[in-house]
Parts: sequence; structure tokens; C-alpha cells
Amino acid sequence: MNDPITHSLSHLDLNTKDETFLDSNELIINMGPQHPATHGVLRVILKLDGEKVLGTECVIGYLHRGVEKIAEHRTYTMFNPYVDRMDYVAAVSNGLGYCQAVETLMNVEAPPRAKYIRVILTELNRLASHQLWLGTHALDIGAITPLFYTFRDREEILKIFEKYCGARLTTHAFRIGGCLYETYDGFEREVKKFLTFVAPKIDEYEELLTTNRIWVERTRGVGYISAEDCIALGVTGPVLRASGVRWDLRKAQPYAAYSDFDFDIPIGENGDTYDRYLVRMAEMRQSLRIIQQAVDGIPEGPIMAKIPKVIKPPVGEIYHSIEAPKGELGYFIVSDGSTQPYRLRVRPPSFINLQALDQMVKGQMIADVVAVIGTLDIVLGEVDR
Amino acid sequence: MLEYIKSYLGSNLTPGSAGNMLWAFVYIALIFLGLSVAVIAMNWLERKILAHMQVRLGPMRVGPHGLLQPVADALKLLLKEDIMPAEADKLVFWLAPLIVVLAAFAVFTVVPFGPTHAVTDMNIGILFMLGVSSLGVLGIVMAGWASNSHYPLIGALRSSAQMVSYEVAMGLAVVSAVLMTSMNAQGTGTLSMIGIVQAQQQQGVWFIFKFFPLGFMAMGIFAIAMVAETNRAPFDLPEAESELTAGFHTEYSGFRWSLFFLAEYSAMIAVSSIAVTLWLGGWLRPFPNLLGGPLWDLVFSLAPGLSFLALGAMAAFNTFRMPRHSFFRVQTVGLALFAVLLAMIGVLMLAPGVRERVQDIFWFCFKVAVFMYLYIWYRGTFPRYRFDQLMRVGWKVLLPAGLGVLILTAIVGVLV
Repeated sequence: MNDPITHSLSHLDLNTKDETFLDSNELIINMGPQHPATHGVLRVILKLDGEKVLGTECVIGYLHRGVEKIAEHRTYTMFNPYVDRMDYVAAVSNGLGYCQAVETLMNVEAPPRAKYIRVILTELNRLASHQLWLGTHALDIGAITPLFYTFRDREEILKIFEKYCGARLTTHAFRIGGCLYETYDGFEREVKKFLTFVAPKIDEYEELLTTNRIWVERTRGVGYISAEDCIALGVTGPVLRASGVRWDLRKAQPYAAYSDFDFDIPIGENGDTYDRYLVRMAEMRQSLRIIQQAVDGIPEGPIMAKIPKVIKPPVGEIYHSIEAPKGELGYFIVSDGSTQPYRLRVRPPSFINLQALDQMVKGQMIADVVAVIGTLDIVLGEVDR
Repeated sequence: MLEYIKSYLGSNLTPGSAGNMLWAFVYIALIFLGLSVAVIAMNWLERKILAHMQVRLGPMRVGPHGLLQPVADALKLLLKEDIMPAEADKLVFWLAPLIVVLAAFAVFTVVPFGPTHAVTDMNIGILFMLGVSSLGVLGIVMAGWASNSHYPLIGALRSSAQMVSYEVAMGLAVVSAVLMTSMNAQGTGTLSMIGIVQAQQQQGVWFIFKFFPLGFMAMGIFAIAMVAETNRAPFDLPEAESELTAGFHTEYSGFRWSLFFLAEYSAMIAVSSIAVTLWLGGWLRPFPNLLGGPLWDLVFSLAPGLSFLALGAMAAFNTFRMPRHSFFRVQTVGLALFAVLLAMIGVLMLAPGVRERVQDIFWFCFKVAVFMYLYIWYRGTFPRYRFDQLMRVGWKVLLPAGLGVLILTAIVGVLV
């Protein structure tokens, strides 16, 4: 009880002893930071009544690296690779958001070809991120097989990344002003091959889960959150869309080349874990559609805008956000006209979505806590930064 | 000496019923050995089968195709430091795995591997099996309590609730099978494991097909309940890794942990043996009615030898597929020797005199193995139930279904 964090939960009232024969005080257990289902180093303090969750408290910061502070001591170019380390399963999206934010600040625009390459890689990354989410989420709920299927297919995406920029996970694929690398020979062909390869695989994942009785029972009605609560808490991404809000920054504030493509925003109705699952599965298919259109219509031309060697954005501030796989990923940059940002603030989707955890699991069972942590699709690198 | 062995082999009683202590001990030693080998084999098979379901290879490094992996694991577990948590209740902590293992092994005294291949033939065999196998839950509760830690405690509570609730449905399913044994001229049923199989032999039908679909439903109920009873996926809540890290044995390590492991797999084999005995005709060969006659008897008696020869052929085939590299020389030779060993066992089992004696054991083990495969298959396919859903399935689905099947079986039994 000397743990300051546990102690701060005064509402839990641990000190009054129950006078009855059986000491029926609630059980407080500590889930994490070393726990197989917390997706990294999340620590959740659970207050339990038997199997029922009465309340939770998230303790974060075990992976804090001070990314925002680092930004103040690096030039704009030097900071670019650091953003890959936040949401390390969707590094390309992070890079895209940062590069676009600085570009908007500098008032330059990437050439069309660069934008298309960015869209292709970002959507591939969304697919990879969702595949990783699906595998680990299913694993948390006890289905161990989908994990290996999704990792097998995610590998193909990572191979494309590796061929494109040499890295598989922390890609650092984009530069401020466009892309550094031209696509390699046969890039389009390989991406198209991948599309035909992965479409039936997504059906395969669905075969294992979508109509599986146990899966449906474990996810339907679990971790409900209403659209109003989502908006009040600032929850974005598939979690928001599964609650029935048709909000996707790719459509609402089109960036890169997204306005050129025809795609749908899948939304759910019930705001439960099952709907979030369906929304993400549908998003995978929409990503395939976008990639297909982008590969077909990729224009020729330069891939880098004319930007100075030393990046010195004008004095000012900018908030630019993109639709990352996990939700709205925003960068707020204050420039004092020097080569380094005066202040850089990241709006990480995982961190803000995690705030909904308590509300979503209250009154549910322990097993639902891991299901909800899985369905929120958090990455601790991004939560803690 | 030889005469003595021969005279024993000629008798048609189990050693326990014949009052022959020496042979009973021999049987106990053999069953203990066989069970340990089965658990080791199951360990390897589960990893391999699960791996192939999950598009990966599984253990490949220790021995050819990872055949020695279970041995390496066992060695590792035995050599590990024996940790007992400082806050644990020492005596209970020490006792818990022993109780679990004892309960899991004791049930094998009445498992009939053949008409005479059982340690003893108890007239309340099936009751004994159900009773002793449910003692295992005591050990699990003790383990969870003695660890003095939250996760094991929750695991133990889940486990006790689960095992107790599924035992009810299991018992009802068993009773309906026992009722079927009384469908003879005298109307005398039996609880003896050997008697149940003999009843199926006399009635000329495995109880799974008796009063179709009643027997089938009873077995279905039992087959679901037994997965829950042994805490396996999709009912593996007590040791739900993603929720409770490892459930009731979180604080156990090394040898003590391996006892839990051993007990879990022996319990799986034990409940599968019950299912096989009650519904799948125990040691009886398949299709005795359709494919009867001495010729078919001969063909089926060749099955044990032939299947070992087939396994040997598979091992030999893989020996030739081993990479031709000096690095793999030891493994290739090992695999070749394994193939030869399997083939020799196969040839031995083909020999007249031997094949008649081993075919009972073979068919019994074969049917149990099918259940073992199902266990692995479930694990590869299903997500995990939640606690309340598990209780709902147990009390609101299986229990009424079990009662219904029991009542219908009784009615049909009277009418026929």
C-alpha cells in the first residue's frame, strides 16, 4: 500500500476492513507492466469484485523517451527518424504526418508522384498495422492461430518496405518535401502482386473469426462506447467509426493524394469490440482499393519539391493531422524561424484512445480488459513517446 | 519362469481381479512408463501439429525434426532452480502438485486397454475414475491458494468453479451410457470399465451409435465437458495466458511446474479413455459387424504392425530428405535409427501370437489418440470463452441437454 499510485486511488477505500467473517474487500491486482496482454509496458491497476471489474487506473510512462523534448534540440531533418519510433508498427504514417506538417509550415508541396508513393506506402503500412492488431487482439482473446497468418502476410509488406528504403520497421521512408528514394524496378508489379495475394488472405482471417461463435460472444457488446463519449474523450480512428461516426481525415481534410481516390469509410453501429473488429477488417479492404488505384494512376515526374538544404521554416505555428491506422495523428509545431522547432507536440491517437479504457471496461469481466486493450489498438511507444 | 508368464498371459482376468500382486505391479510400472512416454510424445506432437496449423515448423533444432525437444525440455525443467515464494504456504505449496499428479495417475488403475490389460477391474470402475479425476481440482485450488498471489488465486477459483460445474454434465452423460449397458436379457447394467466395453461387444454396437442420436449426443456432451474438465482451449480460463499470465501455476517453476504439466496431459488422456471406453467401444476393433469373419479379423489384426511400419516409412522418407551436409550427419543417422526402431516395432507387432495380444491395446490407444488430436485442433482454432459464458454453457446448455438425453435414453431403453 506504499505504492504512491495505488495509494492515490482514494476512491477505492482499501483501509476499511470488512467486519464480516469473510474479508470481502475488493481485490486490487496489477496488470503489467510485464504482462503478455498489455501490448508492451502498460500497467493497469484493476479493482475487482471477483471476476468483475469495478474500476481501472492506467499507469503509463514506462517507455517515455522524451521524443517531444528531443525535437527541440534537433533540426527538422534530424528529427524525422525519431517519429518512426513512436508508433513503431506504423512508422510510415508517423513520418508522413511529420513531413506534411513541416511542409505546410514551410508552405511547400510535395510533387504528385511523391504524393502517390506516400499514399501507397502509407496504406500498405495501415494494412500491416491492422494485421498486427488483428493477430495480437485475437491472441489476447485466445485464438492463437490468426497471429501467425497475419504475420506471414505482414512479412510481404515489410519486404516491400525493405526493398524501397532498406528498413522494415522504422522506415524513415519520406523526407520533408517529398521522397528521397525513387521506386525500385518492379515496385508497381510487386505491389500489385501483393494486392492479389493478400485479398484472399483477409477472407481467410475472417473465416477463422467473423462467424466463430466464441469470437462473437467474446466481442459483441464488450467494451461499448457511445459516439458522444468517443467525441467527448477525443477518441478517433476505427474506435470512433465503429461507434457510428463517419469521421476519417482522409475524406474530411484530404491530404497527400487521397482526394484522387475512390474509397469508402466503413462505420459500425454498436460501438462494441465486434464492430471495431469489422470496421478494421473493412478498412483493410478499403486500403487495398486505394493502393490499387494509386498504383494504377501513379504519375511520372520528380519526387522531391524544391526545398533549401537547410530547413528554416518561417516563424509561426502549425497543427497538421493525418489519419494514422490508430486514429488522428497530429503534429503541432511552433517555429521560431531557426533550424530547430521551438516546440513540437504530438497528438498520439493511442494515448488519447487509451483514456476510454476505464469507461469501456467498467462493470465487465477481467477477460474483457484484455479484449478492450486489444481493440483499442494501442502502441506503448506512442502512448509514452 | 517362462511357464509362469505363459500361464498368466493365458488367463482371462486382470491381475487385480486375479489377486496377482506381482503382475499388478508390472502393469502399474508399464502404465506409468507408457503414460510418461505418451505425455512426452504428446508434447512433441502438440507443438508440431499446432505449428503446422499455424504455417510454421515448430521445433526443428533438437534432434531430427525436433524429436528430442521434449527430452531437452524435461532436462531443463529438472535442472532449474526450485523457487518457492517467500510468502507461500510451504506445506500446501509442496503438496499441491503431488495431489494433482496422483489424481491424474491413479485413474489409470481401471482404464481397460484390453479385456485383461488393466491393473484391476473394479465393479465401480467408472465411478472411481470420475471421483479420483475430480480430486485434481483440490490440488489446483491448493496451488492457487498456497502461492499467496493474486493471479494464481483467480486462476484457482476459476478452475474450481469450472471443474465442478462441468462434472455435473459429465456425470449425466456417463449415466446415460451406463444405462445402455443394461440393455441385455437380464437387464443388468454395469459400472465396470471392462464390463461396459463387453456390453458393447455383446450388443454388437458401440454406444455412440446406440439409440441414434442419443448415444451420439451423450458423447458430444461428454466430449465438451471433458475439454472443460481438463482446462484446455477453448475452456483454458484457469491458465489463460493473456489474462492471468499462467493461472494457478504462475508461481511454480522447474520440477513442480513439470508435475502440473504431466498431470494436465495425463488427465487429458484419462478423460479421453473414459470417452473411448463408454462410447467408442474401448479396445474393440472398428466395423465388427460390417466387416466380420476370420479374414477381416486377420486384416484388422495387422493394423498395429502396419501403422508402425508406415510411421517407420515416414521417418525413412524424411531421412532421405535431410540436407546433405556434414552438419546434419548426426541428426540424419538419428532419424534413420528412429525409422529402423519404428519398423522393428512394426515387424514385431506383425508376428502371429503378438498381433492378437497387442491389437486391443492398439485400438484403444488409437481412439485415445484421435481425441488427443481433437484437443490440439481445438486449441488451434478456437478463441477462449469468458468466465460467465463458460458457466452459461455448463449450466444452461450442457446440463439440461445431459438431463434430456438421460431421460430419453431411459424411456427409449424401456420401450425397446
